[in-house]
Amino acid sequence: MVKILFFAGLREALGTGSESLALPAGVGSVGALRDHLAARGEAWSALATTKNLRAAVNQQVVGPDAPVKAGDEVAFFPPVTGG
Amino acid sequence: MSVSVQEADFDAGAEIAALSSGREDVGAVASFVGLVRADKAAAGVGAGDTAPVVAMTLEHYPGMTEKALEAIVTEARGRWDIHGVRVIHRVGRLLPGDRIVLVAVASAHRGEAFAACEFIMDYLKTRAPFWKKEETPDGGHWVDARESDDHAAGRWEGAQK
Repeated sequence: MVKILFFAGLREALGTGSESLALPAGVGSVGALRDHLAARGEAWSALATTKNLRAAVNQQVVGPDAPVKAGDEVAFFPPVTGG
Repeated sequence: MSVSVQEADFDAGAEIAALSSGREDVGAVASFVGLVRADKAAAGVGAGDTAPVVAMTLEHYPGMTEKALEAIVTEARGRWDIHGVRVIHRVGRLLPGDRIVLVAVASAHRGEAFAACEFIMDYLKTRAPFWKKEETPDGGHWVDARESDDHAAGRWEGAQK
């Protein structure tokens, strides 16, 4: 299982802040996981359309090619706006 | 603890005083305090339009936020000879005039303190997982990231001092 987190406008668009998912066969990267979730359609397409979507694996910002394996914490979020 | 993420307000004067308390090698403390501004909404309104900000809610990624801030402070310590750093970032619902963030840096001389303070603030804006949602009379708007913030942080890339 992987723990998936969503933040800010993406969290609101999806109507959920987190879920646990058994990684489907063939989904081994952050980009593949994003595509898998976006393919659920409707609100989930926000994962494909959010401008400059960012991702983190185990609380480190990564690119779409970063590997994802069971036990990881993966987060998707819009560009940050703190300070 | 040099980094705090909290709902509570902070006393900037007390935090600044603490950085040099009991030591005689601090010759400079530079600080930045960010506040909630009421004069315009940054997102969701057309060019030239303004909508007063009634409140602002700050969301963050618990766990990663603290790690990201610690990493920024560690990088600043590697670039400049600094004696102490304090970073406080508030989360939750804040009102116009409320303090959002404090960055304070103590060093022997002002140059290092000014530079490290600005560096930490620039990196915080682009690397720490906080998100602002503004409340206006028209509803809520998530604030869009600003390109100028990326440029500000980019100035430090490759620069060693």
